[in-house]
Amino acid sequence: MKVLAAMSGGVDSAVAAARAVDAGHDVTGVHLALSRNPQTFRTGARGCCTLEDSRDARRAADVIGIPFYVWDMAERFHADVVDDFVAEYAAGRTPNPCLRCNEKIKFAAVLDRAVALGFDAVVTGHHARLGPDGLLRRSVDLAKDQSYVLAVLTRAQLDRAVFPLGDATKAEVRAEAARRDLAVAEKPDSHDICFIADGDTRGFLAGRLGETPGKVVDASTGAVVGSHTGAYAYTVGQRRGLHLDRPAPDGRPRYVLSITPKTNTVTVGPAEALEVSLVRATRPVWTGGDLPDTPIGCEVQLRAHGDVVPATVRVDGDGLTAELRRPVRGVAAGQAVVAYRPDPAGDVVLGSATITG
Amino acid sequence: MAYLDHAATTPMLDEALAAYVATAREVGNASSLHATGRRARRRVEESRERVAAVLGARPSEVIFTGGGTESDNLAVKGVFWARRAARPDRVRVVSSAVEHHAVLDAVDWLADHEGAEVSWLPTDAAGKLDPALLRAELSAHADRVAVVTAMWANNEVGTVQPVAELAAVAAEHGVPFHTDAVQAVGQVPVDFAASGVSALTVTGHKLGGPTGVGALLLARDVAATPLLHGGGQERDVRSGTLDTAGIVAFAVAVETAVKGQQEYAARVAALRDDLVRRVREAVPEVVFNGDPDDRLPGNAHFSFPGCEGDALLLLLDAQGIACSTGSACSAGVAQPSHVLLAMGADHDRARSSLRFTLGHTSTPADVDALIAALPTAVDRARRAAALRTPR
Repeated sequence: MKVLAAMSGGVDSAVAAARAVDAGHDVTGVHLALSRNPQTFRTGARGCCTLEDSRDARRAADVIGIPFYVWDMAERFHADVVDDFVAEYAAGRTPNPCLRCNEKIKFAAVLDRAVALGFDAVVTGHHARLGPDGLLRRSVDLAKDQSYVLAVLTRAQLDRAVFPLGDATKAEVRAEAARRDLAVAEKPDSHDICFIADGDTRGFLAGRLGETPGKVVDASTGAVVGSHTGAYAYTVGQRRGLHLDRPAPDGRPRYVLSITPKTNTVTVGPAEALEVSLVRATRPVWTGGDLPDTPIGCEVQLRAHGDVVPATVRVDGDGLTAELRRPVRGVAAGQAVVAYRPDPAGDVVLGSATITG
Repeated sequence: MAYLDHAATTPMLDEALAAYVATAREVGNASSLHATGRRARRRVEESRERVAAVLGARPSEVIFTGGGTESDNLAVKGVFWARRAARPDRVRVVSSAVEHHAVLDAVDWLADHEGAEVSWLPTDAAGKLDPALLRAELSAHADRVAVVTAMWANNEVGTVQPVAELAAVAAEHGVPFHTDAVQAVGQVPVDFAASGVSALTVTGHKLGGPTGVGALLLARDVAATPLLHGGGQERDVRSGTLDTAGIVAFAVAVETAVKGQQEYAARVAALRDDLVRRVREAVPEVVFNGDPDDRLPGNAHFSFPGCEGDALLLLLDAQGIACSTGSACSAGVAQPSHVLLAMGADHDRARSSLRFTLGHTSTPADVDALIAALPTAVDRARRAAALRTPR
């Protein structure tokens, strides 16, 4: 196949591109320039999307011996990922920008352009398995598994995706990079959100949304127990950084239970009030078989690197519900619920949907 | 493999390469006083005389440098500094909107860091400068102008400027005139004295010499403050141990290219005209950019409506065809060409542009390869560009 390898400048995508060459594909490397101003994106060891990353990617492509280009995707990235991220927080939800980037950029804008230019598929360094059966499975390296942020991809998107790293652990990928003389072998992993330079999500949102002071209210008494400078900066389940004026009567820690953008109110309460047994979600995507018309038993994951719980999942038109066999704390609207079928050959992604409550 | 990017760099001439290798085997610092040094100095000075002879300059007007970018910086900054030092109110720089970045950014740097006032002369739709506009500028501000700099021929669209007329206007007002002739030497007739310019940039690797060596021809009555300080080589204007082998090979290449210019230009222009005709047949909507007559013989520059140049480049590259979008990269991302924008093109047309440049190794087979690959590439690039339409 003629394939386009998205190369971030990190070790994973470099090895993925090299493996695609070994597999006999005709590979072209592309680095996506996502920042309107690369200097504002994170620099240094934790980098992503910087000029240095672009050079690392180019150097890796040269070592692998494939053509390399930079594609300017900044406009699309800002519209579909950054602006969406801000709007979701403003609406009281907690988005996952990596998932959105896969859905809208890597396997939409980039894939569409690649297909138009005559490529058959896009190769990335995601840690997930995608075999000839077309099923998306967890990586063998469960600590690095990225199937959660890929579960939003549709059948058509998966049909044009290649993930060469699913059968390797991160340690194996690094060792392989060193064997292949790729200078990025020891490059530290990127973390957090690439477009928030200092990792300060709250500061980033304040810069975009302005400061709008409001109340922090106790769920059980209705009493005002603190103030905040913008409800959007909070996440359901959050405990740290609440700056409450007074302790709870029972002296136990309090958590964010809900965010109400309309009244700019953050509601807090005890841990057990966070417990959720029924998860509602919208916009289901189902790739692990036919869309189920009856409830099915499976496992669900409710946030990246979150616990996996047994559940019964129903898909009904544009909605999806998951009845959890045991309650889970800190389920945030805006995150994805991903349904998995346990499988010795790697748990299979059945489908996903966006949590509404 | 069809190499259609000779304006980026062109293969070394066999005689230049042979001269380089032979000289590089010899030890010798041209500044040393002993026999070995004298031998190196002799090679350098013979080379200086050869370059001067074919370019219409005196040997003492030839300053060897590390290439085009250095020569441009030395001319623009060095002459600015020297003229301002002589008269502090000379702070104005006159340049053109279509200069190479080596001039453009040097002028911008003077504006940002040295308080220079800049007057950018516009061009017509073919990228050509109008001497009357320079006359108007100098009539109004000649007392304040430190230096005028305008290229001999444009590196992107190939338009050749009326350099002698521009230089005459500058001379009328007693203002030094620098020209970046990197793309011109060996392609069109270039005579330093006859052109009336005060300073001229030439580089090796665009005419069959090595990369990293070039010269600034600088009239003896024009002072330039050095960029590099040190051993005082090259009239004290350009310190640094002379690259004897590079200079010898450069001189051989300049001499060969200039002596063969007429024959070369006729052959390459015929091939270029064939390329242009066949591209127009294959893609009737193309827009041919630059001046159709006053033009470098090897340059063909087009806009492909509805395409992005970088997509075309990728697709042609995959078919073994090397060409250029001509645009500079800012932080790794291609920017629309300032030359096309200065010629009045909108962003879409600027981004849809591609430059094909022929040179001394070009053959009809190169053109055949391009024409074979182009229609499919244009089709695909058009489909890809259509995806960018706002949703």
